Amino acid sequence: MARLLDIKTLVIEARTMTGDWTRIVDEVDAYVDAGEVLGLIGESGAGKSTIGLACLAYAKPGARFGGGEILLDGENVIALDGEGRRRLRGPRVSYVAQSAAASFNPAMTLYDQVCEAPVRHGMMRFDEARRRAADMFRRLQLPDPERFGERYPHQVSGGQLQRAMAAMAMSCRPSLIVFDEPTTALDVTTQIEVLGAIKELIRDFGTAAVYISHDLAVVAQIADRIQVLRHGRTVEMGTAGQVLEAPRMAYTRELVTARKEHPKAETPVKAEAPLLEVRGVIARYGGNAANVLEDVSLKLGRGRTVAVVGESGSGKSTLARVITGLLPPIKGDVLVDGTALPPRTSKRTRAMLKRVQMIYQMPDVALNPRQSVAEAIGRPLKLYLGMEGEARRQRLNELMDHIGLDRSFVTRYPSELSGGQKQRVCIARALAAEPDVIICDEVTSALDPLIAEGILQLLQGLQDELGLAYVFITHDLAIVWNIADEVVVMKNGRVVESGPKREIFAPPHDPYTELLLSSAPEMRTDWLDELLEQRRAKGLAAAQ
Amino acid sequence: MGAYFRDMPLSAVAGLVIVAVNVLVAVFGPVIAPYAESYQVSLQPWSPPSAEAWLGTDNLGRDMLTRMLYGAQTTLGIAFIATVLSFAVGIAFGFAAGTLGGAVDQVLSRIVDVFMAIPSLILSLLLLSILGTGVPVIISVIAVVDATRVFRISRALAMNLSVMEFVEAARLRGEGLTWVLGREILPNALPPLVAEFGLRFCFVILFVSSLSFLGLGIQPPYADWGGMVRDNAQAINFAAYDPLIAIAPLAPAVAIATLTVGINLLADWMLAKQNRTVGGQEA
Repeated sequence: MARLLDIKTLVIEARTMTGDWTRIVDEVDAYVDAGEVLGLIGESGAGKSTIGLACLAYAKPGARFGGGEILLDGENVIALDGEGRRRLRGPRVSYVAQSAAASFNPAMTLYDQVCEAPVRHGMMRFDEARRRAADMFRRLQLPDPERFGERYPHQVSGGQLQRAMAAMAMSCRPSLIVFDEPTTALDVTTQIEVLGAIKELIRDFGTAAVYISHDLAVVAQIADRIQVLRHGRTVEMGTAGQVLEAPRMAYTRELVTARKEHPKAETPVKAEAPLLEVRGVIARYGGNAANVLEDVSLKLGRGRTVAVVGESGSGKSTLARVITGLLPPIKGDVLVDGTALPPRTSKRTRAMLKRVQMIYQMPDVALNPRQSVAEAIGRPLKLYLGMEGEARRQRLNELMDHIGLDRSFVTRYPSELSGGQKQRVCIARALAAEPDVIICDEVTSALDPLIAEGILQLLQGLQDELGLAYVFITHDLAIVWNIADEVVVMKNGRVVESGPKREIFAPPHDPYTELLLSSAPEMRTDWLDELLEQRRAKGLAAAQ
Repeated sequence: MGAYFRDMPLSAVAGLVIVAVNVLVAVFGPVIAPYAESYQVSLQPWSPPSAEAWLGTDNLGRDMLTRMLYGAQTTLGIAFIATVLSFAVGIAFGFAAGTLGGAVDQVLSRIVDVFMAIPSLILSLLLLSILGTGVPVIISVIAVVDATRVFRISRALAMNLSVMEFVEAARLRGEGLTWVLGREILPNALPPLVAEFGLRFCFVILFVSSLSFLGLGIQPPYADWGGMVRDNAQAINFAAYDPLIAIAPLAPAVAIATLTVGINLLADWMLAKQNRTVGGQEA
């Protein structure tokens, strides 16, 4: 079969702060045959998006092509002039970005945007393009496909918008589509819908695709072949089955095992009063707004982990704000060791604040960029424990050992640390207070899989050693299985189901828990097909 | 510090030199001045440059060079103190409004709206004509009028920063308002504020000069650049007979213009540099 896309020793360089050029894509070879899907996988900085954009003959500002060629039907797209590139983008290669919400023009209807490319390229008239767009919307199982395109981007949901973007990419019937993490920003249940729709679309039209993701399980559902990248170089490539079942390189093996289940050993529930208890909390933002939390209760024993699970908008982060006192509830109490805390943070004593600490999702904004590691971790030592001078320096070193960072890092500023290192510093800052409970709000979702795995292991180790209790807020059920003792499933501000992990994970399930559980991608190539088949059989339509 | 000044473009170097020279002159002016501030070198007004008076004399026969050197101290001194005061007041209230929000923000912002609704020159003239024109009064009036602008910027910066999670983390830790404002918000708001300081400082110099030119600024016999332009403006009429006489009104005017340009060049560079670092961090 003829090569549709053939990337030969591609080099792309980026300008560094000092003005030199450094290689961010370093002599990468890749190919896609007609009708084939190539999965590009790797952590952030692996160069996968850069390669994806290069297929459209585009290099981001501050980057340039440094060598090699990208042949599309035998024609080197890098060498094209402006007009040649214009003819390339849309009719021959198109692009689906990670954030559809940021990619659509909020002031134009979806029809206007989906039909723009074929009309501009002189391929058809607007009404013809519109008819074909409606057909595409129908294939993508969008509601009311005829009228759907008359809406504006803010009038449809995130998952629908992402599918509309796939329709836009298909509008000129290109021979290749580049999908750049199209489901990463979506909830697990929505991810399934979009993934299923994309898979059917490219199968029906026989379109070739480059599918970029950091999630091996997601890529495995859609790609024929997988190419693993790291630091701008190819680590390994093979068919999806090969990479998943028999990875050859150590790095790929780590990626595969990080996603596999290794459940936390079960510890018996001790018959003692709960350390942290949330009792019948009702909360809302603003006086007359709808309730965001509706009668939510939760119990957490000493040295145990309760996972709060739910989709975005389920109220799980709001629950954290209520526990910490940032959002005083309208009704209900937060109790530590049986005594109710004042609802508002500012009314709580330092001794109360010390016992409940928090770790955030984005370590970048959770650390003050103008404070060194020593200042960030040293502050709670002084504030809560009155440590100064030598005692504080010693404790600081101990904490650095705890989180597995070199002691010399204490003089660094956040901008000199990687994402995982920053998150470790945030953990140390929470530990410094010597708390009983740490609230972890999506602490791994902004990190690469291997880094995230390291953070989870660190948290688990600290729990075993120091007897900490965690409220672990997450949308990722694979993590829950590995770290939780108890699980609380939330939906629309209500607790759907709660109890020990084994009970929640074993049937019979609440229907919503069932949906969540079945939506978490598994490390097999046929998982998505099986799931969609099952749901169809059950009459549980994928598009809800 | 050395690293901060590396890769400085020529325009910024020029700005830095101009500002440095002006600061030196303001500090050491009275020491190096050939005469006392209001000593009359000749009885003839606007005599052209000579060996006794290198820049000629002014409308009362006083040495222009001496007046320029003394004037630097007055003009720069008043402008500096007024700008520092306006920033102290503006940042304090701006941060309070931006961080606390609610009623505090509403009250402070509406007061500032009222101040900003009146053109600043008219407002200052009104206040000065009521309160008199002593140096402390001039400084206070300029500080209050200018603080409204600083308030706006500080409030916006504080609003953006106070929703950051590191500020939330400080609140959860039980830190007081002083710590949150001084240690969490201020250091992160500093770069844009420093650049703004340069620009406001140069507006204030122009403003002091305008007030003096209109007769409500620094009162005689003290020298200041704006007042010197006004006092010697009529000499332009005699420049037809001897072009060198025009030095009297032009010298202070040129001094104001150069300093303004110099500060702007420096502030432009600082702003650009700050945007570059912020962009670099986010990328």
